[in-house]
Amino acid sequence: MKHWLTQHRLVLQSALRRIFNPPVAGLLNIMVIGIALSLPVGMYVLLQNAQGLLQQFSSTPQLSVFLNLTAKADDIDKLRKQFERHPSIASVTFVSRETALQQLKQNSELDDVISGLDKNPLPDAFLIEPNSSEPVVLNALRTELANLPQVEVAQLDSAWAYKLAALLKFANLAVLILASLLSLALIAVTFNTIRLQILTQRDEIEVSKLIGASNSFIRRPFLYFGALQGLLGGITAYLLISISLALLNYPLAALSQLYASSFTLHGLSLADSLSLLLFSLYLGWLGAWLSVSKHLAAIEPR
Amino acid sequence: MISFKQVRKRYPSGYEALSNVSFDIATGEMAFLTGHSGAGKSTLLKLVAGIERPNAGSVLVNGQNVGVLKPAALPFLRRNLGIVFQDHKLLFDRNVFDNVLLPLQIGGFEHKESAKRVRAALDKVGLLKREKANPIALSGGEQQRLCIARAIVNRPTILLADEPTGNLDADYAQDIMEIFKSFHQVGVTLLISTHDAGVLRNHDKVRILNLKQGVLQLNTEGAA
Repeated sequence: MKHWLTQHRLVLQSALRRIFNPPVAGLLNIMVIGIALSLPVGMYVLLQNAQGLLQQFSSTPQLSVFLNLTAKADDIDKLRKQFERHPSIASVTFVSRETALQQLKQNSELDDVISGLDKNPLPDAFLIEPNSSEPVVLNALRTELANLPQVEVAQLDSAWAYKLAALLKFANLAVLILASLLSLALIAVTFNTIRLQILTQRDEIEVSKLIGASNSFIRRPFLYFGALQGLLGGITAYLLISISLALLNYPLAALSQLYASSFTLHGLSLADSLSLLLFSLYLGWLGAWLSVSKHLAAIEPR
Repeated sequence: MISFKQVRKRYPSGYEALSNVSFDIATGEMAFLTGHSGAGKSTLLKLVAGIERPNAGSVLVNGQNVGVLKPAALPFLRRNLGIVFQDHKLLFDRNVFDNVLLPLQIGGFEHKESAKRVRAALDKVGLLKREKANPIALSGGEQQRLCIARAIVNRPTILLADEPTGNLDADYAQDIMEIFKSFHQVGVTLLISTHDAGVLRNHDKVRILNLKQGVLQLNTEGAA
């Protein structure tokens, strides 16, 4: 067991040494892998952020129910009681037409225009928070409310959010396809690097076979090399993404201040970071394994 | 220890390297394989090491039938053999010490134990002082001795040597023969091929297997 560990430690050390020898070629390889990985992963991070942002809006979907301008106080009371009893409705807020006008005056610079109106054009309204955020339930509720007497329009405020969510789903799929393609590229890069290594170490492999090296002994340094190169590529991708996000966050802070919010891009979560590293390690190992399986058999001592 | 029974080896080109060769070499015996170049000496040694397989007959080494061993079992056969190659097969990307270390790395020896064994082997062939040198800086005789050190470092029970004195001066050749003799004295089984009859002059009573065009011509009984 101890021998076994020692052997693996030695192989790991020599693989590390070989990756950076020659240093420029090794670094370039790692950069290629890192950039290839950082593209899909970076897009994934941006999508995650967009989804997070979306969640803030669409997690509390709202229905606005606008009444006819002819609605009386009696009708309003009746509707309010009806809404409060309704099983799909969590809470109800009444916004009178006077309040709405006030708010409009405060929030916009249309003060002069509004003052020029001879009568209040705004209807009375209810803001309704439903229990569910399921699109199907919401749509059913909207139709039901729209058909009530004295209701002019019932409007689902977060409809746009659902459309955006569908769009993001589509973008997610695109990222997945991109990630698959670039994973193949990573495997190809490792495959080729290992092929070159096997060619340059042909003598060593042949002599080792002649003096009793098993195939797994010969394969091991190449597998370590591939896995290590993949892992270093993964770390590079992680750093590239972290640095890019930090750079983006600075102007973003200024931008979001203009919108009176404080939105910042979040980096990779711990689980996602670990997945990235493990996945890149695995891809490197796989590329090396494919290459070694294909090329080692060709070297038989004669 | 090594036993050939009606072994025939024909290469894919149709060239018949060995025809109907049978002999036995007992444990601890030292045998010389003689004959002109092209007589089949190298092929015979390759059959012992499982580098080639016979077309007919059986090759038994340590009781194992080498001809039908699975590829996965070959490494374990070879770890019990020491092989001195005609072309040395040294690695020039590492120094003398690391060349000898290779079989021990393959065998999974611990570092301290390995270093001890490597130095003992180098000492035996008189290269202890050159352990840091690159093999390319060694003379032909020294390279041959380095190859021997690598062959014996994992203390094999059988030592195969293919033309170990092939390109050496008589003095160097004599040195190397003395080294082989010392292994013989500690009980290693040796099979040494040579086309140079001069080497045998100082060994009166040795076992000789003589090949001519793939056929065994002479098989003296073991003496010494």
